[in-house]
Amino acid sequence: MRRFDGFDYMDIDAQLSEDERLVRDSVRSFVEEMVLPEIHLHYDRGTFPKDLIEPLSKLGVFGATINEYGCAGVNNVSYGLMMQELERGDSGVRSFASVQSALVMYPIYAFGSTEQKDKWIPAMAKAEAIGCFGLTEPDYGSNPEGMITTAVEDGNEYVINGAKMWITNGSMADVAVVWAKLDGKIRGFIIEKDRPGFEAKEMSFKLSLRASDTSELIFSDCRIPKDNILPESGGLKSPLMCLSQARYGIAWGAVGAGMACLHEAIEYSKERIQFDRPIGAFQLTQHKLADMATELTAAQLMALRLGRLKDEGKVDFAQISMAKRNNVRKALEIARTARTVLGANGVTGEYHAMRHMCNLESVDTYEGTYEIHTLIIGHKLTGLEAYT
Amino acid sequence: MKIGVMVKNVPDTESKIKLSADRKSIEMQGVKFVMNTYDEFAVEEALQLKEKLGADTTVTVFSLGPERLVETLRTALAMGADAAVHLTDPAFEGGDSIANAKVLAKAAEAEGFDLILGGKQGIDFDSAQTLSAVAEFLGMGQAQVVTDIEVGGDNTSLKVRRRIEGGDEIVDVTLPAIISCEKGLNEPRYASLPGIMKAKKKEIKKLGLSELGLSADEVGAAGSGTQVVGYSPLKERPPVKMLEGGPAEQAKELVRLLREEAKVL
Ligand SMILES: Cc1cc2nc3c(=O)[nH]c(=O)nc-3n(C[C@H](O)[C@H](O)[C@H](O)COP(=O)(O)OP(=O)(O)OC[C@H]3O[C@@H](n4cnc5c(N)ncnc54)[C@H](O)[C@@H]3O)c2cc1C
Repeated sequence: MRRFDGFDYMDIDAQLSEDERLVRDSVRSFVEEMVLPEIHLHYDRGTFPKDLIEPLSKLGVFGATINEYGCAGVNNVSYGLMMQELERGDSGVRSFASVQSALVMYPIYAFGSTEQKDKWIPAMAKAEAIGCFGLTEPDYGSNPEGMITTAVEDGNEYVINGAKMWITNGSMADVAVVWAKLDGKIRGFIIEKDRPGFEAKEMSFKLSLRASDTSELIFSDCRIPKDNILPESGGLKSPLMCLSQARYGIAWGAVGAGMACLHEAIEYSKERIQFDRPIGAFQLTQHKLADMATELTAAQLMALRLGRLKDEGKVDFAQISMAKRNNVRKALEIARTARTVLGANGVTGEYHAMRHMCNLESVDTYEGTYEIHTLIIGHKLTGLEAYT
Repeated sequence: MKIGVMVKNVPDTESKIKLSADRKSIEMQGVKFVMNTYDEFAVEEALQLKEKLGADTTVTVFSLGPERLVETLRTALAMGADAAVHLTDPAFEGGDSIANAKVLAKAAEAEGFDLILGGKQGIDFDSAQTLSAVAEFLGMGQAQVVTDIEVGGDNTSLKVRRRIEGGDEIVDVTLPAIISCEKGLNEPRYASLPGIMKAKKKEIKKLGLSELGLSADEVGAAGSGTQVVGYSPLKERPPVKMLEGGPAEQAKELVRLLREEAKVL
């Protein structure tokens, strides 16, 4: 089978700068050599490949868009390309990088005090500290505004009570950025894992994103110093700003998963012989491939345009919603179709398509479900809210 | 220590190689170029030596060829090289290994390297001559196909391990010298994102015929003692034939085919 070399039907490469291509190629080689040889085994066992964390930090993946604290300071298009390549490996690996960068380093960088930034950003860039992001609760998913986790002031401390669910990296994390209501207003808090009253439990029996740690966080009278509040956070807007960062990366990541599946389907269709012909010579197969390639190309172009807008500081969250919603759903459809091209081989972990397909079910749901992004786009188009 | 690394770029091994209509050259259109695999070991080794020997060690990569080399030089800078030199001039075109070595040697001479590293061969044309020729032009010692390098205590010599038939040869090399690198020497690092951003700001020095003090007739096609007159692709292998039936029938059929079709019996 031909080695993966991206998918570029419309010569999108020509729209990238030299350093953007270098970033992509470097992460691509990393994924090829370090992620792919073992990822299906982790997926099978339901474990996150922890041995990748240090090499990923050396590659400069964490907090890559930050331009200080020893971080790379790449532009948003490079960041997107990096996410594309990571998710071409596995959505679980991309999720780890998304959470560390967009959901933990970003809020500390954007809403944190100088001391908080000095302490956490360099440590997280080097992966000496791993982070997680706790917004979702058992009873509040699409509607985080209703959250019931609270922070109460008590002398020099805050006392946190509540539970967060579906938290990526939750059990591995050294530190959690947790959103809780202080006097009825949503604020961000930095909670280290060894604070008494903080417990993390890995959730079992996931059938998707298996090479990722998804955990429940429980806070029972968990006391943290007052300095641990993110001083500049305030209201639901703050976590939503984090989500915008992460969703942007997901819009690119989905392209990577789609590329992996399309590549596999094309190569397989040229080699598998039935009725004395490669199955790629049948019109029905070609129809599938043509549809997949077209949708993937559209997704790539949308991601790139979004990245350019973001680099110009002109992107708005509803544009990010469109790209996240479209690209993930299309990648999911591409993965499903690729699976059919592979026949029975498609249901094994020896091939990539079904792993991506199962992963993308989570990606379609987290960071705002497909439906919620539909409502965000609808709101923008009509000016009318349809959330409640 | 001043370390120079010679790198070239070669078609990615996944590229489909097409010949020009007259079969005298290779179509470069649409071919993806990457750093020659063995040169990656050379860059990595230079960077590891720099890390070991400290800050006054510098690593300069240089390369001879067309504009597309810039990306390969940039990759080496992103891995951590300090400086890059791009040897480029219309007069350099069409040179054979020896003519190219003349240019590379001239550029290296000006830099005054203590150590020059390169790959044991280019994986494209496989002539494995350039580094040896550079060593000859510069009157330097050389060790080829090296899998381990140890710097002598006083930084004036190396102890290297060479892969030879059936074992290793251990050689002391007096600096300045040229070493060609073999797989197994090290694990080349990935260009990191911060490295790529820093490389953006590093200058790639361009040197041509006049800067190097060379004349047009000693380099490029004019200065080459050999000339490629054509390429011929390998014959495509016929498809595999599966024989049907039990072992006895298969053996019988195999003998028949070897005798009647392949005509080897
Ligand atoms: C693997 C994984 C990892 C995750 N990681 C994290 C993490 O790190 N941190 C974190 O905070 N969260 C995380 N999440 C949680 C994720 O963000 C939520 O699952 C998501 O927001 C949806 O919430 P829910 O599951 O409660 O679904 P619900 O909100 O209950 O939604 C159920 C269904 O109802 C639909 N629905 C809800 N409201 C409406 C409406 N108004 N109109 C139309 N349809 C509606 C939804 O679209 C969905 O189809 C993760 C989830 C998964 C699966």
